[in-house]
Amino acid sequence: MTTIAEQGEHRYVLNMGPQHPSTHGVLRVILEMEGEYVMDPQPVLGYGHRMHEKMAESRPWPNFLPNAARMDYLSALIYNHGYVGVVERLAGIEATPRAEYIRVITSELNRLQSHLLWLGVLVLDLGAFTPIMYTFEDREKILDILEDVTGSRLTYCYMRVGGVVRDIDDKFVEGTREFIKWQRSRMPMYDKLVTGNIIFRKRIEQIGEFSPDLARRYGLTGPVLRGTGIPYDIRRAEPYSVYPEFDFEIPTETTGDCMAAYLVRVREIEQSLRILEQALDKLPDGPAMAKVPKKLKLPAGDACYAVESPRGELVYHLTGDGSDTPYRMKIRVPSFSNLSLLPELCRGMLLSDLCACMGSLDLVIPEIDR
Amino acid sequence: MKDYFALIFSGGKSLIVGMMITLREAFRPVVTVQYPREKLPISPNFRGHTILIRDNEKPEKHRCISCKMCERECPSNCIELAGEKREGVKGMVLITYRLDFTKCSLCGTCVEVCPTAALDFSKVYQHVGFAREDFHYDLLAMVEEEEK
Ligand code: SF4
Ligand code: SF4
Repeated sequence: MTTIAEQGEHRYVLNMGPQHPSTHGVLRVILEMEGEYVMDPQPVLGYGHRMHEKMAESRPWPNFLPNAARMDYLSALIYNHGYVGVVERLAGIEATPRAEYIRVITSELNRLQSHLLWLGVLVLDLGAFTPIMYTFEDREKILDILEDVTGSRLTYCYMRVGGVVRDIDDKFVEGTREFIKWQRSRMPMYDKLVTGNIIFRKRIEQIGEFSPDLARRYGLTGPVLRGTGIPYDIRRAEPYSVYPEFDFEIPTETTGDCMAAYLVRVREIEQSLRILEQALDKLPDGPAMAKVPKKLKLPAGDACYAVESPRGELVYHLTGDGSDTPYRMKIRVPSFSNLSLLPELCRGMLLSDLCACMGSLDLVIPEIDR
Repeated sequence: MKDYFALIFSGGKSLIVGMMITLREAFRPVVTVQYPREKLPISPNFRGHTILIRDNEKPEKHRCISCKMCERECPSNCIELAGEKREGVKGMVLITYRLDFTKCSLCGTCVEVCPTAALDFSKVYQHVGFAREDFHYDLLAMVEEEEK
């Protein structure tokens, strides 16, 4: 590697972050620049490291429940789902059918909420302020619905092994149905305001293109991967919970640029609404919590549970040793792999395009550092 | 050259489309709330910090029996309580119940494990203080104060 001094004095180093509005958290990217061009971006991680995996290994398993939500604050319920899922799989417990439906409904609401926030901030990163106001109006509606049943607005601790803490009521069902109608009526507006906007298109079309091959090599998952044409979604590829019972599509695009990831996510909003609708129609009666032994010990052995978070594949790998404290816990988070693409993807790119690229990767930093 | 003008034209069109949407939104009801002066109703299921609730049958008393289940099960170790034996009273009498709200993750474990359902979530969402200790709540004092 040649040093900066050898390459001439027009090369310089720019620190993007740790506090930068478009990194959405404490991510630092060291950019080696040549004029406006990024020659070598190197992400620096670890500012938000809280040893979540170690914490899981040093305390009884129920005490990890609130931690799951603190990793990815935008899809806390999906993280909840993954964790209770892996414990259930290891201990051989089954949640009640109603609980599984409630989990899917709340998870999908959480996914919508995450996508709406992403839509707002991506456009905000690119310099348009108005759309985030509209997406936040929609997002507030979801947060109100979820607050009413989970008790919190962001870091939910709602799911338990065997079911969920609080059963949903008619108010929740009504509210969700109303929201589905509302969100459907809003989508044409976003289409016109954001997708159709020529400035926005110019900023993200053909920016940050990569091939399916590269995506595979870096283990990308989620909408970024589906933007290259690979229809890989855990909800289909390795169905969990009651997802097999619903009819929905996996949206894909073929170009693999920022626009493709954008379109995939926008179309996923509609698919999530469809899942919600079907889940509300089929919602079975019965208890929302199964009978679970009071002092549940984790049997020796290991289990894996993968869920589809809004950013990609999230895997919990739990090893038990017969006590109530996990022997080992490994969490595979999607943003980490997605971020690792950055140096290769953004080499030779304009600085302002790098912001577009990071926006379309939809990074959540506490999840990467965890 | 032709492309250049086409681009300017489509840019202008995008602008007008955007402006139309803004205009339409301008005539919709206001959705924001002027917060300190106006407040939204808060959900009855909201989780604020935990409180000791009082018995429906004996409204002068809280239901805690100082069994320390909540203290033991709390993932964040933020509960500190003590009970003592007293002459002529059956069971233990709670003498302190301190909640360190700076550490509480509002997981709900304490509320769920309590054998007598003595705990519940409050609806307090505004917490202001100048020192960390301002958020070490004395739940016993709170429930007693309420009585007066
Ligand atoms: S809500 Fe959870 S963290 Fe807070 S005091 Fe209760 S058990 Fe502890
Ligand atoms: S679990 Fe309930 S009864 Fe037992 S000490 Fe805590 S509050 Fe009191």
